[in-house]
Amino acid sequence: MSTDTLPTKRPAGPAASQDGRHTLRSKRVRSALRTVAFMSPWLVGFGVFFAYPLVSTLYFSFMKYDGLNPPTWRGLDNWSYVFSDLPKFWPAMQNTLWLAVVMVACRVVFGLGVGLLITKIKTGTGVFRTLFYLPYLAPPVAATLAFVFLLNPGTGPVNSLLEAVGIPAPSWFNDAAWAKPALTVLAVWGVGDLMVIFMAALLDVPKEQYEAAELDGASAWQRFRYVTLPNISPIVLFAVVTGVIGAMQYYTQPIVAAKVASGKMGGSGETFEPGYPDDSTLTLPQLVYNLGFGRFDYGAACVVALVLFALSMACTALLMRRRGGLIGSGD
Amino acid sequence: MPVRPRRAAVALAATASVALLASACTGSAENKASDDPNAQTTITFWHGWSAPAEVKAIEDNVARFEKAHPNIEVKVVGNINDDKLNQALRAGGSNGPDVAASFTTSNVGKFCASGALADLKPFLEKDKVDLDRTFSKVLQGYTQFEGKRCSLPLLSDAYGLYYNKDAFKAAGITSPPKTWSEFREVAKKLTKEKGDSYERLGFMPNYLGYETVPSHYMSQWDHTYFDANGKSNLAKDPAFAEMLTYQKSLVDGLGGFAKLDKYRTTFGDEWGATHPFHTGQVAMQLDGEWRLNFIKEAKVGFEVGVAPLPVADDEVAEYGKGYLSGTIIGIAPQSRKQNAAWELVKYMTMDTEAVVNFANGIGNVPSTLEALKSPNLKVDERFKTFLEIARHPESSTSDGAVNGSTYQDTFQDFAQKYEKGQVPDLKKGLEDTAAQIDRDIAQAK
Repeated sequence: MSTDTLPTKRPAGPAASQDGRHTLRSKRVRSALRTVAFMSPWLVGFGVFFAYPLVSTLYFSFMKYDGLNPPTWRGLDNWSYVFSDLPKFWPAMQNTLWLAVVMVACRVVFGLGVGLLITKIKTGTGVFRTLFYLPYLAPPVAATLAFVFLLNPGTGPVNSLLEAVGIPAPSWFNDAAWAKPALTVLAVWGVGDLMVIFMAALLDVPKEQYEAAELDGASAWQRFRYVTLPNISPIVLFAVVTGVIGAMQYYTQPIVAAKVASGKMGGSGETFEPGYPDDSTLTLPQLVYNLGFGRFDYGAACVVALVLFALSMACTALLMRRRGGLIGSGD
Repeated sequence: MPVRPRRAAVALAATASVALLASACTGSAENKASDDPNAQTTITFWHGWSAPAEVKAIEDNVARFEKAHPNIEVKVVGNINDDKLNQALRAGGSNGPDVAASFTTSNVGKFCASGALADLKPFLEKDKVDLDRTFSKVLQGYTQFEGKRCSLPLLSDAYGLYYNKDAFKAAGITSPPKTWSEFREVAKKLTKEKGDSYERLGFMPNYLGYETVPSHYMSQWDHTYFDANGKSNLAKDPAFAEMLTYQKSLVDGLGGFAKLDKYRTTFGDEWGATHPFHTGQVAMQLDGEWRLNFIKEAKVGFEVGVAPLPVADDEVAEYGKGYLSGTIIGIAPQSRKQNAAWELVKYMTMDTEAVVNFANGIGNVPSTLEALKSPNLKVDERFKTFLEIARHPESSTSDGAVNGSTYQDTFQDFAQKYEKGQVPDLKKGLEDTAAQIDRDIAQAK
C-alpha cells in the first residue's frame, strides 16, 4: 500500500479543520512519546531483565545448547526428556511443593506466634526482640553448617540430649524422611524477619476494637480470631506470598546441608549431585543449576526453569485470588 | 523538550544491541594459537588441589617453570572443582584459566566432545611429541575421547588398600586379604563394637565412605561399562550385580546400613588429620596413593600397611590390579596465550625433572614412562605397591562418556539405593538404570 492513496480516502473538509486535527494528532503523539520516555527506565529494565531472558529461555528450551557450540533445533525433545526421562524431576517438584506448603506455613505460624508473644510481654521486650531477630542475620551457609553440626546423628548435641532422656533421635539431615523437617526447623529458627513485620502489624490493630470485644465478653481466642486476624490479614497474605516465592527459589540451605551431611564436601574434582539423602532435599532451582551448569544441558535446564516460573505464577495467582476473602473479612 | 524522547530511543536502541550481542555470544571457540611464546606474558593456571602441602608442591613446581621460562609468569588458582572449571571455560573472559587441571578423568569425554578444552594435536605435532614413548596406554586412553585429544596426564593415581598393622597384629591376622571372601572375614575380625556403635570398624563399606565409590570397587571385578554400540552394560555384564551383591553383604555383615551410616557421621574430613583411618576409627581403607603423605602429616600412632585391593574370588590370578585415575591438564580454547599455555602444559606433563619433583612433592604416581624409571623418585616400600598397581596390566579406569561422569552418578545413585535395601529386584533395577544411562547419553548427544 502506497501512502499517496491515503488522502483520497480521507473525507474532504475545510483546510483549517484539517490543520487543527493535524496539531491535535501531533500533540497526542508527543504526549504518547513523553509517556514512553517517562516509562523508559522501567521499560528498559523490564526488557533486559524480564522479557528478553524469558523469551530466550523459551527459545533455548527447544534447542540443544551446551554454551560452547552453536545451538541446534531439538523440538520438544527437551520437554519430553524432562517430564518422562529425567527421574529427578518429579522428586524435585514434590520437594519444592512440600517446602512451599509446610515450611511456609510453619514460618508464618511461628512468626505470628513470636510476634504475638513479644507484643504481649511487659518487661524485657528489647532483649527478646533481639534474641528472635538475631538468627535472621546469620548468613544462610553459616546457619546451615551450624544446624548440620547440631543435628549430627553421631556427634551432635541435640541427639545426645534426646538419647540421654530416652527419646529415639532421628538422623535429621541423613534420613530422607527427616531432611525436609530438619530444613523446616532451620527456617523457623530464622523467622526474625517475619516476626518484625507481624509485630508492626499487631501494634497497629486499634485498641478500641479489643476493648469493645472484651465488653462483649469475647475470649482470648475470639479476640484473636475476630479482631486481630482480620486486621492483620493483608500482612499474613504478604508473608505467605513472599514465603511461597522464597520456597520456589530455595537453594542454598539444602545444598549446603546435603554436601556436609553426605561428607562429600569437595576437595576432589567430582561433581556433586544435590539431593542427599535419596533426592529428599533436591529442589527445582537445584535441578536447574545442575542441568545447566553441571551437565551443561541448557535446553533441559530451560524447561525446568519455565516449569518453575509457571508454578510460581500459578501459586501467586491462586493466593492473590484468595486475597478478596482474606482482606474482605477485615472490612 | 524533544530531547527526552530521543534519549529514550537511544536507550532502547542500546538495549536492543545488548540483547543482540548477548544472543550472538554462542562461544565459537577459535583454535588458532598466534601468540609468541617467547614474549613477556602472564598466564593463569587453575587446579583442584586444596591441602596446604599439595598447594605448596604445585607452587614449587610452577616456580621451577618460571625460572626456566623467565618471560612467562603463572598466576595459580587452587581448589577448583569441575563445575567451576566448566563454567569458566564456557564463559571465557580475561579472569578465566589459560591452563586448567581436573581430577575427574571421567569428565574428559565431556571436555573433549564439547570442545571445552582445546585440541592439543597441533601443539603435539609442532613439538613432534611421540605419545607412545611418553605415556602408558591407560593414561593415553583416559586423556582423550573418541580420537580427540584435549588433555594430557599430569601425574596419575592408583587405588589400593590401607590397613592398620597394629590392629591386624592384635586380631592375629598375618597378611592382607587377597579375595573379597577373605576380606569379609578380616573386616569382621577387626570390628570392635561399643554400645550400639563401634569402637573400631574393620572397614567402612558404604558408598559415601569417602573413596569407597562404586567405580573404585568395580576395578576389582572384570567389567565393561559400555558395549560395542555404546549402550550401557550394567544389566548385561554380570560383574555389576556381583559387585553390588558383595558390597551389600559387607554392609549387612558389619552391622547394617543404618548403624554404619550413623557411625560415618562421626568421621572427620577426608582431607584433614581427623580422617577415620588416621584416628583409628576404621582399620582398613580403600584409598589412593596420596594418602601416604596425609598419614605422614597426621603422624598417626600406628604402623600403616599397604596392599592391592582384594579381587573377586574367581579372579585371583589378577590380584595386584586396581583402579587408576589421575589429574588431567589442558588448555582453554578461549585463551589468547595458547602457545605460552602449551609451554606450561609441556613442562608440567613431560619434563622428567618436573614430573619427578612434583610426584615427590605431592605423593602421586608419576605419569611419564621416563619419570617412573627416574632414580630421583623418592619411593618407599609402600609407595612401590602403588607403582606396581599402576603398572599392572589388568588395572582399569572408568570409561569416558559424552556426558562426562553423569553415567557414574546414575550408577552411584542406584548403588546407594541398593545398599540401603530399597531395591527389591536387582536385575530389573540394573536394567532400569542402564536404560536411564542410555537416555541421558542420547539427550547429551
